[in-house]
Amino acid sequence: MTVFVPSDLDSGPGANPSPDVDEAPGTSLWKGAWHRLRRNPVAILGAVLVLAFVLVAILAPLLAPYAPAATQWADEVTPSGVPGPSDEHLLGLDRYGSDLFTQLIYGARQSLIVGVISTGIGLSAGAVLGVLAGGLGGKVDLVVMRLVDIMLSIPSLLLAVSVAAVLGQNRYAVMIAIGAAQVPIFARLLRGSMLSQARSDYVLAASALGLRRRTIVMGHVLPNSMGPTIVQATLNLATAIIEVAALSYLGLGESDPAVAEWGRMLVAAQDRFSGSPQLALWPGFAIAVTALGFTLLGEALREALDPKQRR
Amino acid sequence: MLRFALRRLALMVPVLVGLSILLFLWLRALPGDPARSLLGERATPQGIEQINELYGFDRPLYEQYFIFVGRLLQGDFGESIQTGQSVVASFFDRFPATIELALAALLFAVLLGVPLGYLAAKRQGGFVDTAVVTGSLLGIVTPVFFLAILLKLVFADWLDWFPTSLRADARMDATHITNFYILDGLITREWDAAWDAILHLALPALALGTIPLAIIVRITRASVSEVLHEDFVRTAESKGLQQTTISRRHVLRNALLPVVTTIGLQTGLLFSGAVLTETVFSFNGVGQFLFEAIGSLDYPVLQGYILFIALLYALINLTVDISYGVIDPRVRT
Amino acid sequence: MSEDILTVGPAPRHPQPSGTGPLLDVRDLQVTFARRGQRPVYAVDEVSFDIRPGEHVGLVGESGSGKSVTSLAIMRLLPKRGVRAAGEVLLDGEDLLRAPESRLRNLRGREIAMIFQDPMTSLNPVVTIGVQITEILRRHRDLDKGEARDRAVELLDKVGIPDGRRRLKEYPHQLSGGMRQRALIAMALACEPRLLIADEPTTALDVTIQAQILELLKELVADTGTALIMITHDLGVIAGLCDKVHVMYSGRVVESAGRRPLFADPRHPYTGGLLASVPRLDSPRGKPLEPIPGSPTDTIPWSEGCAFAPRCANRVEECTGTTPRLDDAGDRLLRCFNPLTPAGEDRVTAR
Repeated sequence: MTVFVPSDLDSGPGANPSPDVDEAPGTSLWKGAWHRLRRNPVAILGAVLVLAFVLVAILAPLLAPYAPAATQWADEVTPSGVPGPSDEHLLGLDRYGSDLFTQLIYGARQSLIVGVISTGIGLSAGAVLGVLAGGLGGKVDLVVMRLVDIMLSIPSLLLAVSVAAVLGQNRYAVMIAIGAAQVPIFARLLRGSMLSQARSDYVLAASALGLRRRTIVMGHVLPNSMGPTIVQATLNLATAIIEVAALSYLGLGESDPAVAEWGRMLVAAQDRFSGSPQLALWPGFAIAVTALGFTLLGEALREALDPKQRR
Repeated sequence: MLRFALRRLALMVPVLVGLSILLFLWLRALPGDPARSLLGERATPQGIEQINELYGFDRPLYEQYFIFVGRLLQGDFGESIQTGQSVVASFFDRFPATIELALAALLFAVLLGVPLGYLAAKRQGGFVDTAVVTGSLLGIVTPVFFLAILLKLVFADWLDWFPTSLRADARMDATHITNFYILDGLITREWDAAWDAILHLALPALALGTIPLAIIVRITRASVSEVLHEDFVRTAESKGLQQTTISRRHVLRNALLPVVTTIGLQTGLLFSGAVLTETVFSFNGVGQFLFEAIGSLDYPVLQGYILFIALLYALINLTVDISYGVIDPRVRT
Repeated sequence: MSEDILTVGPAPRHPQPSGTGPLLDVRDLQVTFARRGQRPVYAVDEVSFDIRPGEHVGLVGESGSGKSVTSLAIMRLLPKRGVRAAGEVLLDGEDLLRAPESRLRNLRGREIAMIFQDPMTSLNPVVTIGVQITEILRRHRDLDKGEARDRAVELLDKVGIPDGRRRLKEYPHQLSGGMRQRALIAMALACEPRLLIADEPTTALDVTIQAQILELLKELVADTGTALIMITHDLGVIAGLCDKVHVMYSGRVVESAGRRPLFADPRHPYTGGLLASVPRLDSPRGKPLEPIPGSPTDTIPWSEGCAFAPRCANRVEECTGTTPRLDDAGDRLLRCFNPLTPAGEDRVTAR
């Protein structure tokens, strides 16, 4: 379920042709970007959300009132109703008798781990492919790009499903599956970056100076590709978090009931929906808000790093 | 123009071949015996032997591949473990439902999305723009199944404005010719059947179409605001042309190019989203069946459906590519 | 759909002329760009000039001088957000800055037309040349498709594009740079406007084509009696084409004179510098080029003195403290405290 928006399309407001009066001379791209980010309220909101998410995930054992798999209140759950918020349970219970608040917090941890690792896998594998294709060109490029095309010919969720089906019902399967779905995106991105830079003047100058190709790629081209890659990784994290939940919803993914996961919470909440909608609303909003944070941050980063600086 | 189309078609072939190889290998990579994978729980020693004969699992790998492709080309994708029905038949049985849903969702997304994106771009910084940008952001990050559940709860269960599930009322005795329920109703002039089908389609289409809507709005807005600053728009203004002429012929015709490309990408989203949406609404289409296949590890169905969907996806992207050539003459050369 | 109104300053107190007068009368035009939280930039300030029917006027200056902004202000093509225009732009007595947008739409293309610098990007890439010409004809004249196409072929012929019927069906990317500019000229002159503004029409073209295009322009405007405002940084272009020249620097006019007086006897140091910096075929070999020192960014605001002072060889003390005014200096207008010595005459100090 990739919501990939082509990164060459400026998502910000169009250019104002009036003269740029505030351009500080000699600012590097990153310093300039940081400067712009600090002043952008959307970026700050995104960063706050992401930070909150990461902190909750990391500090889960400290923040959660109970242990993650504790279901000792199972007898309080009746066929007609699931207990709502009370003194002992901030958000009430879930249908299996666990504390909803605890589940929510530990779910963040799961989403973070799987999200980060799968994006990491996608990024590394994709980058390797992309750099090879763009850097070596010729037959390698052709083969790699056909491979990418094939991977893109299946909707990413189904791709993830197929991979997960092969690897079985465990958390590593999910990470690899979602990572696999992201590989073509990063591969295309880095290949494109390599190709467009190959023609640029500074690369020509470097090779005229006699620098070896590997040095040029590693030392010059790759660092320049960092910007768009980071932006894409941030945006993909948002998608990954949603896809983790989607895979859980479909029954693939973490099978250990002791591990809390937002997608599974949604599945479990479905048939209790009419009476206790909060069971679904909380994890649902958690997913949406987290994805929102990453998306806002990613977009703000893209605008901030855009050398054309359109505002 | 024809050469352009043919070239695009030719590019599709290696991708499909590669895909068939991958799917072939995929079946063999699954845990356990491939014959067992195909038969599932009903596997008996004779059954396994039969399958081995049929698919040649005891032959060398490349021979197996050709047998596999041979069967594919004959339209034999095997039989569903769950229902025993031929995979191809089960697909075409349910396909019209998913098409109706996907088309409705896409129509909703495009007819609402393009005007909204255009308005937001023209009035940047205004209230419309902020509302549109915020709304589309929220639309993108909301998981489709969560939205489906929400819509179902609020509009079907609580408010009772729409039916909660299925394609049609069980009591409706409609005649089905094409299996496109709305179309059938219109052809047979059973207006109440057609209306009933529309009501059942409304919420799922809304849920499925929201993410494409958000994406189309954003891309239209970005593209239009970029085009608005192009030199040729200034030239058009300097000619004193009417606002509508400029919008239509100069701004939109250039701005819609990326939007058209996106629509091709959207179909992927629509398929995967359909799996989730149909499940929530028990909407009897390909998506729901795929969901059940995943749950019951119905490998023939999984393999066949993925191949079908990939084929469709490739065809749709081909169409988008070609229509890009129609709209933008520079691409044709 | 309501449009953002370009904020326009209060109407100045000059009385409107009546009867015969200039075709276009620009009075005290001021264009300010202001972004949120930043100092406003006066891109154009205190600019006044007029042009009579059939007259050719040149606006000369480097990038940043405000010459392009002036022309966009006349046509009211400046962006609406963050831009403020004050002063008067009178076309036959009618103030274009205060007229409603619908009136401007009727005037553009029909009474005033403009050609821009880059023919590559000034044409819609996905629409045929034919449609881009006929659309302006059908907008301002009551022609049907066939008549418009016929007239378009005539126009293409006039601008030196042969085989017009075939060209009508072609797209911009199929034409060369020179041909594109010719097509744009055809579009601009299609409805026989009374005023044509040409903003650096040859800058983006090959040198060999430049001369052709200029010749073409000269012919066409002479033919139809169209008034011309030629905007350029190249004095050579002006020399062959314009009757009156206004030299602009940093948003203001610094010297206004007829062609002969200006070229024979430049008074403003900037004008002198521009003339001196043009390499000449007949100058002795080995003679170094004489650029104007510094760059347009080495400037002080007009409110604090003379904007050209940091780069000026004739600089005196008052140049960095008092703002020079545009004054009558006999055969020209001059904004300078210490102008260049006219050949063989006493120094004239404008005050």
